[in-house]
Amino acid sequence: MISVKNISKFFDGLKALDGVTFDVERGESCAIIGPSGCGKSTLLLIMAGILEPSEGEVRVDGRKVNTPLRNAALILQDFGLFPWKTVYDNVALGLRLRGVDRETERKKVKELLKKFGLLGFEKAYPKQLSGGMKQRVAIARAIAIEPQILLMDEPLSSLDALSREEMQNFLLNLWKETGTTMVLVTHSIEEAVFLGKKIIVLTERPGRVKAVVENNEVGDESYRQEEVFFERCKLLRRIIKATL
Amino acid sequence: MQTPETNYKGYFVTLLSLLLLWGVASYIISNPALPNPVDVLALMLSRRELLSHTAVSLLRVIYSLALALSLAFPAGIFSREKVVDTAVSPIIYLLYPIPHIVLLPLYILIFGIGDLSRVLLIATILFFQIAVTTRDAAKQVSEYYVYSILSLGASKFDVYRHVIIPAVMPKIMTALRISIGTAIAVLFFAESFATTSGLGYLIIDSWSRADYKMMYAAITTMALLGFILYVIVESVERRVCRWL
Repeated sequence: MISVKNISKFFDGLKALDGVTFDVERGESCAIIGPSGCGKSTLLLIMAGILEPSEGEVRVDGRKVNTPLRNAALILQDFGLFPWKTVYDNVALGLRLRGVDRETERKKVKELLKKFGLLGFEKAYPKQLSGGMKQRVAIARAIAIEPQILLMDEPLSSLDALSREEMQNFLLNLWKETGTTMVLVTHSIEEAVFLGKKIIVLTERPGRVKAVVENNEVGDESYRQEEVFFERCKLLRRIIKATL
Repeated sequence: MQTPETNYKGYFVTLLSLLLLWGVASYIISNPALPNPVDVLALMLSRRELLSHTAVSLLRVIYSLALALSLAFPAGIFSREKVVDTAVSPIIYLLYPIPHIVLLPLYILIFGIGDLSRVLLIATILFFQIAVTTRDAAKQVSEYYVYSILSLGASKFDVYRHVIIPAVMPKIMTALRISIGTAIAVLFFAESFATTSGLGYLIIDSWSRADYKMMYAAITTMALLGFILYVIVESVERRVCRWL
């Protein structure tokens, strides 16, 4: 379980986050949504143990987070992949940093590339890939280290509508298959409702928790077509509007 | 992108045109101060001493480049660390704008009239060029790349190895290419004073002896030296920065 307790963060005296508190159960998927500049990304980096909060603390399974989490993977929007590394080296990086031997590494990476439809692109560099493929590589790299927690910062925002839906389905199935705890920062209402079993709505800067929306119907690709889905989107839109 | 083959063709045509222009000009002016390029090229191929002077100059340039790079690279890269930056930045800030070329007499006083003082002069100038570029490039590497790799469990060493160094490599190669032009220019100056070896010495010496053919042969060789070094750096760049 991840519990975020009373997190505040100042940047040069400016308050970016203000007393943010919420819990994410083990194996739960949680979407964090809010207007741009509300400190969503900062919150995610704090949860990953990369930025230090000015006040408050994050606990994962009861242990206080103060160094980068070992059992978590972080996927960032534009900077996830290293342009100077090939697809293979990008995916293998986490394993290599953990000192996994080359044979295991090769097997694991091959298996992932196959699963993500990237076979044949081992030696390609990120700039040679389409947006959707890049995103798959980034996710493959995160999954390679078999994280218990997956933290994503607007991972799909650079994709066009169709590949975006495809990747949303992909993430949904990944979550169902692996049972990882997923935290997804997004500014898309539909994405939050489609993927987040729990939706945290943040206010404008400084970000505070405005509402926590339970969204238990999540879990099926067809959810997108259901009446509840639309109702939930409407509700969420109303809550967000109220923050402005 | 142009293929290397068409590039070579372009170089060849340009070279021929230049030689032709030179030939025509020398024919029209018909003055010993502008000898015929054919005579000069014949001299370049026939005189042994030219070769030994070239070797001396080449070694001086290579030593200077190696010395400057080996100091400027770490100084620039590690400027990301506050400790290093507070030590290095004021030095660069204060000493960079000063014309270092005036140090030659001083270096000769301290280090003698041998190769050392000349290598040190060239290296001093190159150090600042490379260090400033590297430092700025290292500071511009996005924090998000660093966050990305930290989340994969990277140590500080890993951050430099997998992110900072590859990210600044293109800038360093550009700095090196610029440095070669500078190095040859400073080489001429450093060799024109209190020495009896090197292409710079040969140019000044044959100039004062009114041996214009030899002077042109030495100038042409010096130009060739710069060109060859430039081509080498470029091919290294293509190999190191394949991802661009």
